[in-house]
Amino acid sequence: MNRSIVRLFGVIILLFTLLIVWTSRWTVFQASALQNNPLNKLAFFESLKVKRGQILADNGEVLAQSVSAGDGTWARTYPQGSLFAQPIGYFVAKEGSAAGLERADSSLLNGTPTGITSVFGPLGTGQQVGDDVHTTLDPTGQKLAQQLLAGRTGSVVAIVPQTGAVKVMYSNPTYNDNAPNATCSQPDCKYNLATQGLFPPGSTFKIVTTTAALNTGDYTPNSTIVGNSPLTVSGVPLENDGNQSWGPVSLTKALTYSINTVYAQVGQRVGRSTMEEYMKRFGFYSAPPLDYPVDEMEPSGEWQNGSLLPVTSDQVDLGRTSIGQDYLLVTPLQMAMVASTVADGGKLMKPHMTSQVVSPDGQILQTVGPHLQTQVMSAQSASELTQMMTDVVEEGTGTAANLEGLQAAGKTGTAQVGGPDSDIDDAWFIGFAPINHPRIAVAVVLPDIPNGYGGIYAAPIAAQEMKTLLAEGA
Amino acid sequence: MTRARNRELLGLLPASLLITAGFAGVFIQRSNQLSNVSLTYGAVFLGLCIAAHVFIRITLPHADPYIFPLVAVLACVGLVMVYRIDGATYARQQAQWFVLGLILFAATVIAFRDYRKLEHYRYVIVSISLFLLILPRIPGIGDEVNGAYLAVHIPGVINFQPTEFAKVGLVIFLASYLRDTRQVLVEGRRILGLTIPPLKHFGPVLLLWGIAMVILILLHDVGSSLMFYGGLLAVLYVATNRVSFVIVGLIAFGLGAWYLGTHIPHIDARVTAWLHPFTKSEYNAVGGSYQLANAQFAQAAGGLFGTGFGEALITVPGSHPAVYLIPAPSTDMIYAIIVDELGLFGSAALLLVYLMLVARGFKAAILAADSFSKLTAAGLSAILGLQVFVIVGGVTRVIPLTGVTLPFVSYGGSSILANFVLVALLLMISDRARRPVPS
Repeated sequence: MNRSIVRLFGVIILLFTLLIVWTSRWTVFQASALQNNPLNKLAFFESLKVKRGQILADNGEVLAQSVSAGDGTWARTYPQGSLFAQPIGYFVAKEGSAAGLERADSSLLNGTPTGITSVFGPLGTGQQVGDDVHTTLDPTGQKLAQQLLAGRTGSVVAIVPQTGAVKVMYSNPTYNDNAPNATCSQPDCKYNLATQGLFPPGSTFKIVTTTAALNTGDYTPNSTIVGNSPLTVSGVPLENDGNQSWGPVSLTKALTYSINTVYAQVGQRVGRSTMEEYMKRFGFYSAPPLDYPVDEMEPSGEWQNGSLLPVTSDQVDLGRTSIGQDYLLVTPLQMAMVASTVADGGKLMKPHMTSQVVSPDGQILQTVGPHLQTQVMSAQSASELTQMMTDVVEEGTGTAANLEGLQAAGKTGTAQVGGPDSDIDDAWFIGFAPINHPRIAVAVVLPDIPNGYGGIYAAPIAAQEMKTLLAEGA
Repeated sequence: MTRARNRELLGLLPASLLITAGFAGVFIQRSNQLSNVSLTYGAVFLGLCIAAHVFIRITLPHADPYIFPLVAVLACVGLVMVYRIDGATYARQQAQWFVLGLILFAATVIAFRDYRKLEHYRYVIVSISLFLLILPRIPGIGDEVNGAYLAVHIPGVINFQPTEFAKVGLVIFLASYLRDTRQVLVEGRRILGLTIPPLKHFGPVLLLWGIAMVILILLHDVGSSLMFYGGLLAVLYVATNRVSFVIVGLIAFGLGAWYLGTHIPHIDARVTAWLHPFTKSEYNAVGGSYQLANAQFAQAAGGLFGTGFGEALITVPGSHPAVYLIPAPSTDMIYAIIVDELGLFGSAALLLVYLMLVARGFKAAILAADSFSKLTAAGLSAILGLQVFVIVGGVTRVIPLTGVTLPFVSYGGSSILANFVLVALLLMISDRARRPVPS
């Protein structure tokens, strides 16, 4: 019997080993996965007692701060409310909910516990105070975007091409982030159109097609293509605006007057895989590399039934993709990144809103500098494309952006929504200024406007925005 | 054997130091100042331990010197945690249960001075045990918690878990039964490498399985059935030294549990929560995985060294009345809180204390001279170890969660009382086994 007792003890040891192994799974090996589980509200509850750092605009204006809620807990307030609600988001510890930069930079804003931590808990008073987050966001530009949209649904994004600093990210509808759970006037008002809104890009996408055409060497700005209308693409006739036949035209002229039938041919010659390659270089097909919660950003690309479809798929109509139609859906942020890339000599800089992290005693803990995300095209191609986009503004569809003393380059987009015979369009403009040494790039979209030409509705807003930001010395 | 008793006395010192330090830790966290109340708690606890020690010194002078100090360590971890989770009122009640437990311990030792007399009452004992198992299902007094029937509740009169006592009774019955029949059980014909005992003796083995299945049906609880059945199989294995019995027994249990599990909704729900605790629908469902998922989160918060005594978040902040973040934090889920506050190292240390206690129980079984003592000590030790496995395994998701207590640590009177009876029996067996033979 004694031997069986010893063996029995062996079994018990084995079972206890299992317990210790499993405990170490949760405490060590899978701890960070559990801590990041969206169902886990512990971090939120813990941070109730934390005086989180402030979020500040580029001029030092306070965008988010903690105020004492009594009984040793803190709550967040947002002095600018709906003006900055989309990029800043909210943080409600009691309810365990957060969004936007408040969520993305949450651990920085919470800071690290002070005092000595021991087995018997933190000794001493150990009040936890978080670090301040300085952002690149510009209140003047943000306010202007709000004024120019004048309540209409739409989005304005402005980026500094050389650094990737996001200056403006304003969208309607917006909400009051002091009361994020109060009912919105519109059902999806917490949705950030700049990062989550998916719109057909229309002709603004021709910038991507042109990049592929020039950088592969398949075309030069002077290449001649016949721009007659209609042209049968994938068995269905494709028309230019007003069904105008242009005859043989240069690629530059085709961009200036946004000639669809030319670009359908260009895209088809460049080919599916090359088009996909260039889209990916610009950042399509993945969430933008912004310091923003990944699940609050949508990737741009061909979307079918709620999922991404590669350009190489048979279901993609390459000709119509090249002019920004087909299943293409993009976010304003993505299109601002496209404009910014051309402006910075073909370099896509990693976009960011956080510029500095500063400790409560004024020590700079972290500075976010320029970071090259992708070299999308050669400087040569970028300079050719800049010249082509200059023509768009000076004599083409984007003359509304040709403001006194601005010297902008850009591309309009008028994306038909709601079927071929619909006159409802999404009005787009993407561009940058000044031409010689661009210091700001923008994307503007106003969806669902009857006869919503990008040159009429979006270009003026983009131009005003750029002019103001440049005057400010952005 | 005063040397053994002196070792026991020495062993009680760490337990008292631990409780003083533990309360001090909670107090520091609460009010940032050291209160002398922690010293009072430590002193009172030490006083109780010394009283029990003196009693053992007189009545069981040869008993194992480590069992009681190990129990004291567990008890003080439990007291500190209950105090920390549910406050002074509950901690005082828990302390009162310990005093009652010690009294019951003394009563058991005095009443069954020669515990082998228990053998004469084995059918009475088994009847009472089975009756205790049925109690929670009697309408009006039975108490259903999360679909399982583990407790009896008469408001204002009594609230206890009869299963805690039943486990002691069933082990005694089986030990006494197998002492008589174990020879016959291994003498059967061998078919396909398995020993098939004569049918009239095989019947009782089948009965064991039957009991486990009845427990499963009655309690709606795989975990506690596994604990009972595992304990009984352990006794059977020690008695017969036949692995084949264990294997056949486990397969039979597995089949039965699978069949009943898929036919009793509560068991099915527990298994789903165990397998997929983090799916949103399961998490939000009534009786879903909310408790289990949050127990995982608490353990993740603990890490290697824990957040420290008094640091784990027990209630949802700002909830009035307070809502527990993890339901049942001082009973079923106490291990999750311990991992949160003491980390992997602290909780592993706690498990090692249990393992040492089980080891001392087995040691008593090995030293015991007669079969009944051996089987009883081995069975009680095994069932104690299995109980720890079932509840800690449930909280850590080794197995589906079951509402049994963590012996001596969880809040609750029945568990403490029953386990003190268990410890009394172990010490009595150990005392007899180590008694020097008069020359």
